[in-house]
Amino acid sequence: MSQSAAAAVGPVATPAREQPPAGTVGVIGWLRANLFNSWWSTAVTLVLGYLIIRWGLAFIDWALLHAIWSVPINENGQPDATICRSADPAGACWAVIGDKWRFILFGRFPYDQQWRPGLCVGIFVALFAISASRRFWRRELAWIWLGALTVIGVLMWGGVPGLEFVPQDMWGGLPITLILATFGLAFAFPLSVLVALGRRSTGLPAVRILCVLYVELIRGVPLISLLFMASVMFPLFMPVGLNPDKLLRAQVAIILFAGAYLAEVVRGGLQALPRGQYEAADALGLSYWQKAWLIILPQALRLVIPPLVNTFIGFFKDTSLVLIIGIFDLLSTGKVAMADPVWQGVGTEIYIILGAIYFAFCFAMSKYSRGLEHEFGRGRSR
Amino acid sequence: MSQAATLSRRSNAGPAIVLDQVNKWYGSLHVLRDVSLTVGEGERVVVCGPSGSGKSTMIRCINRLETHQEGRIVVDGTELTDDLRALDTIRREVGMVFQSFNLFPHLTVLENCTLAPIWVRKTPRAEAEDQAMDYLRRVKIPEQAKKYPGQLSGGQQQRVAIARALCMKPKIMLFDEPTSALDPEMIKEVLDTMIELAESGMTMVCVTHEMGFAQRVADRVVFMDRGEIVESNSPREMFQNPQTDRLKLFLSQILRGH
Repeated sequence: MSQSAAAAVGPVATPAREQPPAGTVGVIGWLRANLFNSWWSTAVTLVLGYLIIRWGLAFIDWALLHAIWSVPINENGQPDATICRSADPAGACWAVIGDKWRFILFGRFPYDQQWRPGLCVGIFVALFAISASRRFWRRELAWIWLGALTVIGVLMWGGVPGLEFVPQDMWGGLPITLILATFGLAFAFPLSVLVALGRRSTGLPAVRILCVLYVELIRGVPLISLLFMASVMFPLFMPVGLNPDKLLRAQVAIILFAGAYLAEVVRGGLQALPRGQYEAADALGLSYWQKAWLIILPQALRLVIPPLVNTFIGFFKDTSLVLIIGIFDLLSTGKVAMADPVWQGVGTEIYIILGAIYFAFCFAMSKYSRGLEHEFGRGRSR
Repeated sequence: MSQAATLSRRSNAGPAIVLDQVNKWYGSLHVLRDVSLTVGEGERVVVCGPSGSGKSTMIRCINRLETHQEGRIVVDGTELTDDLRALDTIRREVGMVFQSFNLFPHLTVLENCTLAPIWVRKTPRAEAEDQAMDYLRRVKIPEQAKKYPGQLSGGQQQRVAIARALCMKPKIMLFDEPTSALDPEMIKEVLDTMIELAESGMTMVCVTHEMGFAQRVADRVVFMDRGEIVESNSPREMFQNPQTDRLKLFLSQILRGH
């Protein structure tokens, strides 16, 4: 906001000087302060504005105006995507989504049974919504989670009267991603809290060394190699006949991996607390676990909500790495759908949809975490 | 300084705190040198001395926030050792007030006060809250019960900290420079609270530079320098008739500062 502009407008508009000068508040003030506050920023604003509008228009052209929403069926009963490949000007071929969406979402799960994974996705979303509300932060929530886990297991596997059995290698798509991410983080988080506490325990050197070893070993290898170990090497060491299924092994690998990362985040929070908090709790005679549960963790975890959610979001997306050990998560089913010869040359649309699904979940997490920070921040500043 | 001679006449029962030839090192730094001190039940002892003299370390050894390496510390008849159960017993009977308040910022004033009674003493919540309100009234801030510590002034926070310690119904109260972090206009309200507490007969050990407070309530003043107890006497004798050059120097510095 330039001085001369303020001088020119200010005194005339507000002789009483009880309000800020006009042009420094409201939309105009915001624009001036943020986009046009010098010739340099004005230039940047104009150039970027031009590029954004141009790109935006081109995208709308491609995605909406020239889009192909359906394709004819050829004599073999297959969709004929020739018009998608030969379209000029190029347009998005959304017909591929219409044809493939059930495969992308549910993989090779028997077609007529796909309401089951669909219902599981619904249960997951409901579970997230319930867990997000602080009204439900009570002991009952653990039972709700246990119940949901059971129902999801029964729905996916079947094998009970009325539900036919579906082996795990037929599962795929969004339920796999949600299972890996949800139960991965739900188990990794408590594990990480214990490890972080253990790593800081001064009284029990053995526990501390064990926790340090765990964190450093797991952090030192890539998730991919851990997944390989879980899927290829682990069965070699197991007695014949005792071989937990591949998904479970991948799940355990993800839990261990996420646990190590989250432990370091939590430890950061523990270290940020002033020593006086520990001493005050000690002086009042609280036991170690009372101190941890009532004094230390509530404060430490609040401090690390942003990096915690950062790690959560990272792991939600990292579950897609299970594709290399042949588990069909959402990204894998998308890639398989793209490989269909019928839809050769059509892939961008599928990536956009996959991106949108991932984005919806990740954005919800980040939005929620900001709400949580705000809620915890109220009236509790030190 | 013979401990027996300076023991207050009020202490007819067994001693509340005994420190016997206590030594402590931080690495190679000898921070407590043969510290011996006996505090009788109901006695009020003020500990003063220049910074770095070991007075805070000594008081923190009494509830084992710091561990001593040599000598014995007996609190309320229980010796402080590595035995955790003995430590729990002692911490239940000893309240502590810190220089930096150390209230729990994520809990309300009332929750700060009821936490330990509910979880450590297993007092029913309603009863703990009634008690806490009583003590908050005694420190004259019952109206702040629902607020968070961050919304209170320093003096109010320190009074909450005193109430929080009292809610455990301790036999002994330790004060570690309770007014040093306060703005001058808030020191008085905290000292008034402590004077009231002293007059109720609480056993108190208080590290402070507030000589007016010492003169008014202390049965005995202990002067520490470089990790050892140099003089120990009644406040009147201490201030009017200092025996050692170190105390004379310290007093002249303190008084010049005031």
